[in-house]
Amino acid sequence: MNSLEKNSDIAELLVQVSDPEIPVLSIMDMGVVREIERDGQAVLVKITPTYSGCPAMDTIATDIKITLDRAGYSTTVKQILAPAWTTDWITERGRKHLEEYGIAPPLDASADKSVLLDGARIVKCTNCGSTNTKMVSQFGSTACKALFQCNDCLEPFDYFKCLK
Amino acid sequence: MKESLYQYLLLLGDNAMILGHRLSELCGHGPSLETDIALTNISLDLFGQVRNYFQYAAEVKDDQEKTTEDKIAFLRYPHEYRNVLLVEQPNKDFAFVIARQFFFDAYHLLLLKELCKSKDEQINAIANKSIKEVKYHLRFSSEWLKRLGDGTAESHDKMQAAVNYLYPYVGELPSESPIEKEMKEAGIGPDLGVLRTAYFAQIKSTLAEATLETPQFFGFHSGGKKGVHSEHHGFILSNLQYMQRTYPEMEW
Repeated sequence: MNSLEKNSDIAELLVQVSDPEIPVLSIMDMGVVREIERDGQAVLVKITPTYSGCPAMDTIATDIKITLDRAGYSTTVKQILAPAWTTDWITERGRKHLEEYGIAPPLDASADKSVLLDGARIVKCTNCGSTNTKMVSQFGSTACKALFQCNDCLEPFDYFKCLK
Repeated sequence: MKESLYQYLLLLGDNAMILGHRLSELCGHGPSLETDIALTNISLDLFGQVRNYFQYAAEVKDDQEKTTEDKIAFLRYPHEYRNVLLVEQPNKDFAFVIARQFFFDAYHLLLLKELCKSKDEQINAIANKSIKEVKYHLRFSSEWLKRLGDGTAESHDKMQAAVNYLYPYVGELPSESPIEKEMKEAGIGPDLGVLRTAYFAQIKSTLAEATLETPQFFGFHSGGKKGVHSEHHGFILSNLQYMQRTYPEMEW
């Protein structure tokens, strides 16, 4: 049993905390909460950044503290770097929420490269579901996204790029 | 050893910080929306990496003056910065920005691959984190290098001119300074001699793919690692340090 399962009541509270830039995605589904340690009412939450320069980390740390303090805990949040975050840690529920929100969830590492090199097109349009899509830019509105466009319905959309 | 490790962390962090600053100057000035966003995203990644290095450096220093990451970033004098001359070169046209980026990214990725094996646990962790981001950086810069080099006659000429201008600066990246030698011997940093060969081979093959010529040049400029910088560096610092110098210890 890992520390998140052992402290499932705290983990449950943290489901309410979301990424400020992607409000539909809970930090628990995003996989940034790595460990929870409890000693009485004192709680230590260890989080890991998605990207080194992710400006959301400070907000997330504050939100965790507010949420748990409100539930009566005395909370410390610590940032750890190893092991490095990967998009594989986004849960099934998280991927579903991303897609509903209009952000295509990450596929495998070669998905965006493949588009670039005229390979198999596998990133699905979040508007019409077509896989006839093209990558407009490998860098999007935030560090974790690439910009895509659908060739069928012409809708531009974000793709949560793969990080492994 | 503690002081050497501290200096080594500055060396690693300063390259990322000064290049990150140069890229941030392009925010709102990129040739197109997508490239503008890409360059500033790369800048953001680099600043994130700098924070990791400097937070660790502050921890290593652990001195009376309570060194913090902000003090390291904003309150050093020019000769205390360890960045190479390549990254302080000012932005010219897009071809120039891409050439500078490619020369740095290619080295950066090779360096991080080695640092992922570092005996220093924290450098190891930072490298394993950063390498995922830098793969994207290199993909971006080398693809633009090829697109422009192998594009129209005009884009080819501009790209070649940028490569020719910046090439004299690339030799400094893999040239070993006393600090790097010490880190190599301690198993913390890589053997730059080996890395140098791989670096120049990669430059040559990518430039060839981009139908560009690798300049025949061997008298490389250097000095940055020792703290001897070009005139451009002072202008960067006057901009970068303005807030902390004008309003000491301000926070937001």
